[in-house]
Amino acid sequence: MAQDSENDLVRIQTTKKDLGLTAEHAREKLSGARGPQYWRSLQELTEDPEFDAMMEREFPRHASEWTDPVSRRGFLKLMSASMALAGLSACTKQPFEPIVPYVQQPEELIPGKPIYFATARPTPNGAYPLLVRSHEFRPVKIEGNPDHPASKSIPQGSYPAELRWGVTDAQSQASVLDLYNPERSQNVTFRGDTRTWGTFVGAIRDAFGAERGRGGAGLRILTDTVTSPTLAAQIKSVLQANPQAKWYQWDAMNRDNARTGAKLAFGQYVDAQYRLAEADVVVSLDADFLSGSHFPGFLAMSRDFISKRKLDLAGGEGEAAKMNRLYVIESQASTTGGKADDRLPMRACDVEQFAGALANALGVGGSNGTVKDDHAKTFLNALVKDLQATRGRSVIIPGEQQSPTVHALAAAMNSTLGNAGKTVLYTEPVEIVPTEQAAGLKELVADMNAGKVTLLVMIGVNPVFDAPSDLKFADAFEKVALRAHVGIYHDETSRLSHWHVPMTHYLESWSDTRAYDGTVSIVQPLIEPLYNGRSAHEVVAVFSENPGVTAYDAVQSYWKAQNKGATFEPFWNRALHDGFMPNTASPARPASARPAASALAPVNDELEIVFRPDPTIHDGRYINNGWLQELSKPITKLTWDNAAIMSFNTAKQLGVKDEDVVTLELNGAKVDAPVLVVPGHPDKTITAHYGYGRTTVGSVGTGTGFNAFLLRTAERSNYAAGVKVTAKSGERWRLALTQHHHLIETKKWKEDVVGSSQVGNEAASRDLVRSATFEEWRRTPGFANEGEHQAPSRDLTLYGEDGYKSWVDDPAKNAAHQWGMAIDMNSCIGCNACVVACQSENNIPVVGKEQVLAGREMLWLRIDTYFTTPNTNDVSNPRAFFQPIPCMQCENAPCEPVCPVGATVHSPEGLNNMVYNRCVGTRYCSNNCPYKVRRFNFLLFADFDTESYKSRNNPDVTVRSRGVMEKCTYCVQRITSARIHAEKETRKVRDGEIVTACQQTCPTDAITFGDITDKNSRVTRMKSNERNYTLLAELNTRPRTSYVAEIRNPNPEIAVTPEDHGHTS
Amino acid sequence: MATLPDNRPVDLTRPGYSTPVIAPGYNLEQVTAKIANVILTTKIKLGWFGVFIIAFGIMNLLLGAVGYLFVKGTGIWGINIPVGWGFAIVNFVWWIGIGHAGTLISAILLLLKQSWRTSINRFAEAMTLFAVACAGLFPLIHTGRPWLAAYWLFPYPNTMKVWPQFRSPLIWDVFAVSTYAIVSLLFWYTGLIPDVAALRDRAKNPIAKLFYGILSMGWRGSARHWHRYETAYLLLAGLSTPLVLSVHTVVSWDFAVSVVPGWHATIFPPYFVAGAIYSGFAMVLTLAIPIREAFNMKDFITDRHLNNMAKVMLGTGMIVAYGYATEAFFGWYSANKFEFFMIQNRMFGPYGPMYWFLILCNIAIPQSLWFKKVRSNVPVLFLISLVVNVGMWLERFVIVITSLHRDFLPSSWGMYHPTKWDWMTFFGTMGLFMTLFFLFIRVLPMIAIFEMRTLLPQAKVKH
Amino acid sequence: MKPVGIHGVMAEFNTADELVAAGRRAYAEGYRRMDAYSPFPIEALDEAIGIPHTILPWIVFAGGILGGAAGYGLEYWTQVIAYPLVIGGKPLHSWPNFIPIWFETTVLGASIAAVVGMLALNGLPQPYHPVFNIQNFVDHGQNDRFYLLIEAKDPKFKSAEAQSFMTSLNAAGVWEVPN
Repeated sequence: MAQDSENDLVRIQTTKKDLGLTAEHAREKLSGARGPQYWRSLQELTEDPEFDAMMEREFPRHASEWTDPVSRRGFLKLMSASMALAGLSACTKQPFEPIVPYVQQPEELIPGKPIYFATARPTPNGAYPLLVRSHEFRPVKIEGNPDHPASKSIPQGSYPAELRWGVTDAQSQASVLDLYNPERSQNVTFRGDTRTWGTFVGAIRDAFGAERGRGGAGLRILTDTVTSPTLAAQIKSVLQANPQAKWYQWDAMNRDNARTGAKLAFGQYVDAQYRLAEADVVVSLDADFLSGSHFPGFLAMSRDFISKRKLDLAGGEGEAAKMNRLYVIESQASTTGGKADDRLPMRACDVEQFAGALANALGVGGSNGTVKDDHAKTFLNALVKDLQATRGRSVIIPGEQQSPTVHALAAAMNSTLGNAGKTVLYTEPVEIVPTEQAAGLKELVADMNAGKVTLLVMIGVNPVFDAPSDLKFADAFEKVALRAHVGIYHDETSRLSHWHVPMTHYLESWSDTRAYDGTVSIVQPLIEPLYNGRSAHEVVAVFSENPGVTAYDAVQSYWKAQNKGATFEPFWNRALHDGFMPNTASPARPASARPAASALAPVNDELEIVFRPDPTIHDGRYINNGWLQELSKPITKLTWDNAAIMSFNTAKQLGVKDEDVVTLELNGAKVDAPVLVVPGHPDKTITAHYGYGRTTVGSVGTGTGFNAFLLRTAERSNYAAGVKVTAKSGERWRLALTQHHHLIETKKWKEDVVGSSQVGNEAASRDLVRSATFEEWRRTPGFANEGEHQAPSRDLTLYGEDGYKSWVDDPAKNAAHQWGMAIDMNSCIGCNACVVACQSENNIPVVGKEQVLAGREMLWLRIDTYFTTPNTNDVSNPRAFFQPIPCMQCENAPCEPVCPVGATVHSPEGLNNMVYNRCVGTRYCSNNCPYKVRRFNFLLFADFDTESYKSRNNPDVTVRSRGVMEKCTYCVQRITSARIHAEKETRKVRDGEIVTACQQTCPTDAITFGDITDKNSRVTRMKSNERNYTLLAELNTRPRTSYVAEIRNPNPEIAVTPEDHGHTS
Repeated sequence: MATLPDNRPVDLTRPGYSTPVIAPGYNLEQVTAKIANVILTTKIKLGWFGVFIIAFGIMNLLLGAVGYLFVKGTGIWGINIPVGWGFAIVNFVWWIGIGHAGTLISAILLLLKQSWRTSINRFAEAMTLFAVACAGLFPLIHTGRPWLAAYWLFPYPNTMKVWPQFRSPLIWDVFAVSTYAIVSLLFWYTGLIPDVAALRDRAKNPIAKLFYGILSMGWRGSARHWHRYETAYLLLAGLSTPLVLSVHTVVSWDFAVSVVPGWHATIFPPYFVAGAIYSGFAMVLTLAIPIREAFNMKDFITDRHLNNMAKVMLGTGMIVAYGYATEAFFGWYSANKFEFFMIQNRMFGPYGPMYWFLILCNIAIPQSLWFKKVRSNVPVLFLISLVVNVGMWLERFVIVITSLHRDFLPSSWGMYHPTKWDWMTFFGTMGLFMTLFFLFIRVLPMIAIFEMRTLLPQAKVKH
Repeated sequence: MKPVGIHGVMAEFNTADELVAAGRRAYAEGYRRMDAYSPFPIEALDEAIGIPHTILPWIVFAGGILGGAAGYGLEYWTQVIAYPLVIGGKPLHSWPNFIPIWFETTVLGASIAAVVGMLALNGLPQPYHPVFNIQNFVDHGQNDRFYLLIEAKDPKFKSAEAQSFMTSLNAAGVWEVPN
């Protein structure tokens, strides 16, 4: 907040008027409207009196200019000098050790031709297998590994085997930016003074030497969750040599609940792996498995889940069509809940009660839970019936943040329903040494306080920031004689440590890791460390007999030990080449859960706060990543901040509204947070994403968000009842939402014009989102193309045969190919991976919070989110629809005729080209674009100064300068290279040969791109689908990007009124 | 030095009396003297200096704002996506509109043989030129890369063999506005030639003599010259009339050609042209009233002129009102979702108050012009002219902003807040306008001398 | 053989009426190479001293045609021949979009022709002209007096006769205008 007060842009005077956001307003808007209501947020649905005040002041915020004085770019410009000194360009070379490129790529470097290398991004939840594109030894673009079971995409229907690709998540896509971040720590430091690695080793060895005698009694090693067999082996050997020494693992978003739950259910630690491709009924007990990599196995789960909803591919057409059903009982508003066929929002603690009731109803032992209102009861009964009917084909998924009891209950229910071994497998945990981390950390803190710890080595952790607040880690920390921190950035912990050692990025150093399913990957570096980083392996080696061992030696020797004999070389090369070791997935353990004995937590009726990892920056580890900061979080559309997220009923009760600053108080601890009201959020609970509000952090993360860790205790680390909320009158905190900027209706609007539902109904009456229930679709398969919003006849042209008819009706005569795209709304889960992929592929700049507030974000691909209620009166429990919006590449592009210099013109292949060099920036094209997909460089947004970021840029794409319009090009650089390749072989481009960046990364294969003149191409098949429609067709823009209407499969016994599809006509 | 006539009292109560376009009792020499002396002999008034300095100061706001704009980029303004056009375009349309009265008065009223035009057409034309100069700034500086826009918008052969895209209304604009500027300049200068010739022969100061001598090109009032001169002037008037109508038509196409609800309307051309004349006459009044006070020109710019201009304002104002009505009506009658929403949003959305304020300024208040009392009350007339200027600016603001900020996809709706740079640029152009205008009335005859002569009884040839 | 040093004979009148009358008389007298000077246009003079109708309108017409042709030609050539591009699905020759500029260039051509043509026909700019040798003309010519000039070029011209003739028109003054 401090940074905020410096900047009057972000601060606006609050008005004394009372809150406009009420359920009543919303209902009265919605009631009386035919059909489902799509609206974008509650501010729109209800009117907010603030605007009146704004008009009194006529123009608020006489903003001098939308850039904050100490801007990110400004800082990095300073950095550039030092980068130049660092002579970065000289550093961009491949590692000395032999690395093995991926298939079908030239082994040697041909300038201008990228080389692909398989590697993996380790995370606490298991590794993300990657294929990294390297230009002139510079890793530039992250893709998924096509062969790895965890990252291969949905079988591409008709595609030949060699045309397949791997999928990734947003964080993996963005991780390449961290590699080049000039703010990474670059030197070994002792109390802030620069030292050499040698001195560090010396100092540590001395201190360690003293400990040796007492079996290393004073030595503690604190790492994040270790999924690297080699590292684990290294640490274990250290512990063997020093039996008194101890090793702890800590991650803020740890899996203690799952572990404890497993102990309860199975008497041992296990990982549950869900096989959603086998499941017809999926029940999520607060499990947010569709919204990103913070859920273990996110890629595979979303892929398998959606594969059961691809009505044209998986289920077969027409009568044969089948579709799974997703029930979500959740304590927040998540994409998983948004995609649910039937959703039941409730407080996190009530989920446990619901689970108990469900278990009880399914005949699993254990105590019965209480289900309060009638709707929940209806829901429960219908759910039970459904589960009984689909034994062995259903699955119940407990949420990571849910209590051990819920995990145990879920396990028990899955066994009872005969799902174990079918839709859910129980395997050895992904981390090599599973622990209950909070307990471990407690022990460590106790030892530190007791003065037992003389030497503490922390690798890749930041406990001073993210340890449970009640442990008072920092205080205990001070009592340790020698504290060494190894990390990629200087952070809160390094500031309090004696030694800091810069750590290598995963693209810089050798390691190995396991994916969520246990499959082992070798982490292969693509580049020599940019900033003298050291890997965890090297640091741990300091405590071994031969401190000098490199990461490469460590990893290789470990695997040599695993594969005796002459077979090693081929094995090793294969592993590097493929990016993983086949058949290393953890085998399923024949485990049957015993009925959960543990009692349910007592029912309470207090206001609750739920702690969740942030959807984009997780537990704060990615806070310095501009791409993730500016990535609008699913559902909330929030960027650059976190907020106290609540339902509007709760907000009403608390007498607060969006952007009001409130003080959250939980057993003594206090923190100030801005309010954000989100549709579908359960009442009487507040969601706080942790990871923001860091104090020692790079310029990108500075001043963003509030620190929810301050409220988070070891005991109640996921949700806690009894939070006190007090509004700080007069204080506002501007929240940069990428959708619905300052959309405030005046009182007049509501009373005089709209009366009922005009505003709320805008999106619906415009027919942007078209959806139906499974049953309705069966009845009227063509529902998506009924109604008034249809394209006019092509004969309606002044020019007769000369007009677009000539080349649209017979496009092939213009060029060998005509490109088009189809986006399957059924498959899109709004996970944002495509957005970051686009940003990475196309060198899209980050603009910063002030610019986002001004409405100038640059992302070429955005995910519009609309809400609708199956029951038109129940605004508290909406469905969310995610609609990715790239350029529509209209055949009659409205942007083209208005450009005075012909800077945007049509290509023979039907692309709406943007000629940056010719653009003078009149912005008329953007005004005239009905889809508002064009982005303008209002200021010099691109970073031309930071050396390291220059190396990050994709050399195949222009970096746009100030005053130029830009937009999605269907990745024209990829199209061109494929065309050239095909021409060399004198053939046409094959279907699937061109994959756009967004399509390639999509975990659920929601995006299809190809030649629409090729009758057999997948895109043609998608477009021939009856549910295929185009946005704003009545404008006769003839978009090449089309959408496949979404089908939901709600349980008829639950839906209060059957959902009518998107037409108001 | 001529002596001014004793104004014999005129019985204004006499039925059927209307104020003459020139007060009685003047002879040729006196007309020449009265107008020419403002420039040649009268000492520069302190008042003139005062106002000029102020105007010049305001003009420097513009220089500052534009300077910073070129350094930083259009991001210093309030524009964004979806509102890609802001003050720059609003001001452009406003100034161009003002720039219509001059040529209209000179051309159309000449063709209609409205002799009362003679005493106001000269500075009305000057006003036109300066307004067009102000307007012309904006299309250039509002672009992202003005250093390129400055010449890429004109067709010239270049190594890349690329040409302007002639389907774009913005290019039509470039041609329309520059044509209008050139023709207005020619028209104005042609009208000036005989007058500067008169100044040349009157001037004592050798520099002034040389200056006017060059400008007059050796004009000597030969009957043969007068003959061709009159022909040329009449033809120019004939050409300017369709031109002046075409210019704001083209400007309206900048909007009407798009697909944006609230822009895409067939009513735009007539309604824009009427609006232009409306604001133009308002501005002429705004200038004429103080000037005839300051330079004691009441005998030449009589109440009759003010009265007539007020009537023209009333008329064009009604056409504009009809335009608003049609827009609203078709918003509903078209049964087009987007049109209907647009008109609702325009009236009751976030910018609703501005819409109603513009209705007040452009329709409600001017209705008072129906009454002769109001038309003949100079201070009130002056105020009304100011109100209409404000109203017409608001109209353009409402058209540009409210149509853009909520168009087709609700997900992309936004708001527009002008920044201090927007305001500086806007006021700055007013400074530029006033600076040019004050220089003009010091250097050139603000009233067409030779045409005034023709109004005198002596000028009537009996046989 | 006329005296080289003389441009003609000039008479001054106080009113436009007198000038027109004098002009008529002189024309009746058989003088043809005459010119009249007045501070404002007097239509009656045209027939009085026999000024033929000007060809200016035809020049303006030609200018208009030329401007229009150039404008549309430019549009067609650049958009259809020189650098054809598909713009918004419109045909290369999307003539309705070409009309506005065609109109503007037509008006521009005609207007320039009008002004330039007028000046050219009038022989302006003209740095020197003999009539300015007469001080009265300089003082009053562009202000409040009216002048009739019989040029020496006139076949019937004899300086003395001309002067006496002028005086007979009760002119306010009569001068011999040196070259």
